[in-house]
Amino acid sequence: MNRVYLDFNATTPVEPEVLDAMLPYFSAEFGNAASIHTPGQRARAAAETAREQVAALIGARPQEIVFTSGGTESDNHAIFGIASLSLTSSTSPTSRPHIIATAIEHEAVLNACQALEKERASVTYLPTDREGQIDLEDLRRAIRPETVLITIMHANNELGTVQPLEEIGRIAKEADVYFHTDAVQSAGKIPIDVNALGVDLLSISGHKLYAPKGIGALYVRGGTRLRQLLYGGHHQRGFRPGTENVAGIVGFGKAAEIARKSLAEDARRESALRDKLQQGLLERVPQSRVNGGAAPRTPNTTNLIFPGVEGEALLIALDLKGLACSTGAACSSGAVEPSHVLTAIGLPPEEARASLRFSLGRHTASADIEFALSVVPAAVAQLRELSPTYRKMAEAR
Amino acid sequence: MTTITQFATLPERADTQCGLVVVAMSGGVDSSTVAALLQQQGRAVVGLTMQLWNQRRLPELQGDGPAQHRCCSLDDVYDAKAVAQHLNFPHYVVNFEEQFEARVVRPFVDQYLSGRTPVACTNCNTDVKFEPLLRMARQIGAERLATGHYARIRRNDDTGRWELLRARDETKDQSYFLWGLSQEQLSRSDFPLGELTKEEVRALARRVNLPVAEKPESMELCFVPTGNYVQFIHAYSRERGIPLHHGEGEIVNENGDAIGRHNGVHNFTIGQRKGLGFAAGKPLYVLSIDPQKNRVVVGEDEVLRKTICEVEGVNWISCEKPSAPLRAFAKIRHKHEPAPVTIEPLDATSARVTFDTPQRAITPGQAAVFYDGDIVLGGGWIR
Repeated sequence: MNRVYLDFNATTPVEPEVLDAMLPYFSAEFGNAASIHTPGQRARAAAETAREQVAALIGARPQEIVFTSGGTESDNHAIFGIASLSLTSSTSPTSRPHIIATAIEHEAVLNACQALEKERASVTYLPTDREGQIDLEDLRRAIRPETVLITIMHANNELGTVQPLEEIGRIAKEADVYFHTDAVQSAGKIPIDVNALGVDLLSISGHKLYAPKGIGALYVRGGTRLRQLLYGGHHQRGFRPGTENVAGIVGFGKAAEIARKSLAEDARRESALRDKLQQGLLERVPQSRVNGGAAPRTPNTTNLIFPGVEGEALLIALDLKGLACSTGAACSSGAVEPSHVLTAIGLPPEEARASLRFSLGRHTASADIEFALSVVPAAVAQLRELSPTYRKMAEAR
Repeated sequence: MTTITQFATLPERADTQCGLVVVAMSGGVDSSTVAALLQQQGRAVVGLTMQLWNQRRLPELQGDGPAQHRCCSLDDVYDAKAVAQHLNFPHYVVNFEEQFEARVVRPFVDQYLSGRTPVACTNCNTDVKFEPLLRMARQIGAERLATGHYARIRRNDDTGRWELLRARDETKDQSYFLWGLSQEQLSRSDFPLGELTKEEVRALARRVNLPVAEKPESMELCFVPTGNYVQFIHAYSRERGIPLHHGEGEIVNENGDAIGRHNGVHNFTIGQRKGLGFAAGKPLYVLSIDPQKNRVVVGEDEVLRKTICEVEGVNWISCEKPSAPLRAFAKIRHKHEPAPVTIEPLDATSARVTFDTPQRAITPGQAAVFYDGDIVLGGGWIR
């Protein structure tokens, strides 16, 4: 079966060049980057080159990059790392550290915040407007003397909408509060400069930008006071111990380098195809609408509502026809859960359930978009024919 | 008869249908074998596993017991996935938690709290499996939904109606839980195990090396992992803020004399002897439950036997609503021996059922299912 993949926000394939760069480090160059001898030094050199490549993608210095197992660890490290300093501080035993997040953060951030709420921390979840944007005034008002961290994602995974990080960075700096951003969905898709954005901490993930799964990084601005999550040996200055995943790190570095060079061209091409897909679906599917379409977005993402349709059934119907896309977030069993993001931007449950995300990638071709435009409208029509919700909607009109 | 020839005698229409068929997969041996059987017949199979209930929701019920025999436990989902992978067909987990709670769990709790003894599996079949799941099956392009139920469906060419029949394997027959299905639902459903015995199903599962071939059967209601309904009702009511307004109350005899105390009417079911909480000279049984007066009425076994009951929500399957009293057999609980009855329709959806001989513990909330031999004529909820 011809399969078309339009779910690059979920994960991306490893680029052939990336794989080529990694392969020697599984076997021929197998040294432990912490070893003193020559094989170890060669692994170290490769990892440090990769650190430079990753740093270059986000305008950071190499020593500010900590390799992790991925976006989730990076988010947890940033959030627990800042909050637990206050929680365990012997000088202010009564203090209740306060964190500001948004209602549309990824679960890695949301659930870390919720875990801290079970300790002494309190968290403000900023609402967003219908386009998934926060109000900067809300942010200013939310800041308190005990606020220790602002964590606001760069691009949203479901909508692709981008938050005004520069302004947020300025507000954080004025208030002298640490600022973390989950940039997992923006890195490699839109330009990132940690200094221009004013972030102190930034999470990225390899597999979202054509590196393998299981490697990520946390940018930690020099001078940031952050507690470590893991304890062990002296790897990565003892700050993130554990034998380094050299092959993964090398792949991540290579992928970051490719992304830096091709970012502008990728963005131009993907946004043209994304717009063609979005426009084509709006024309071919009656009553369809775009979620978050008026906000600045990553160039590869569009999220559409097809009223009267169960997104879950549509997803399966499309998969059986060979088109892979996504709805909401999958839970551990693989079933679709109602999207907290779509609910937060004000969609009623039935519309949140009727939404589908298409995310394009570097290798998405015009033919892939044609294929999607040929199968989605028919699938939606078939679902609507059997949908009691749609029948009710049609009668109401 | 060997297993092979058994397959040759599967309902004919299953063989003649082509196109996509969805198999409702619980992760157990029965529904997994259905998938294998249909695949052997050359059908294009898609497996759907319903996520119905979040096991983490009522943590106080988790206990220390093993997690493998609980519905929607991740283990069962993985088992279904493993079967689909083994047989190489697409499989998806679909979320019906909302529908399951609204149509099965909540009514189950409400019924117990109003002194009735519900049959959750029937609601699940009628209102979840053969409603939203069947619809989803059709929405994704399947013509039919196949399940691992032990029952049979056939079309009666004379009447033009779809008929529901008991399973060949009487010990496994599940027709008691399927009387609520409409003609439309039956016409799009397949029960490929209806002609097989459990042993034959296991034999087939082993022959095609299904990873669940030796999996033990689940016995409890799927969303009550501990099997302790009372505990579940307490935990769920607390979580949902449903007041257990009828707390303690009186246990009375037939004359209305208080002879003891009870700790909530939902702890009782008609015919129950154990757990009455007091010693009596003669064995006493629950005769009726009166949630209004918050009373449990008890008496001797003799008084439990009745010949008449009324049923509501009646669904006729193999025939239209009869215009005259109808002779048939009725089952008043899953493990009841069908007893001869006369059924008089009262209005469109209710009927009076008169047994030839008194039946013990006719219980409101249970179903009376009417049979003519193997054919399920219909059924209704006991008032």
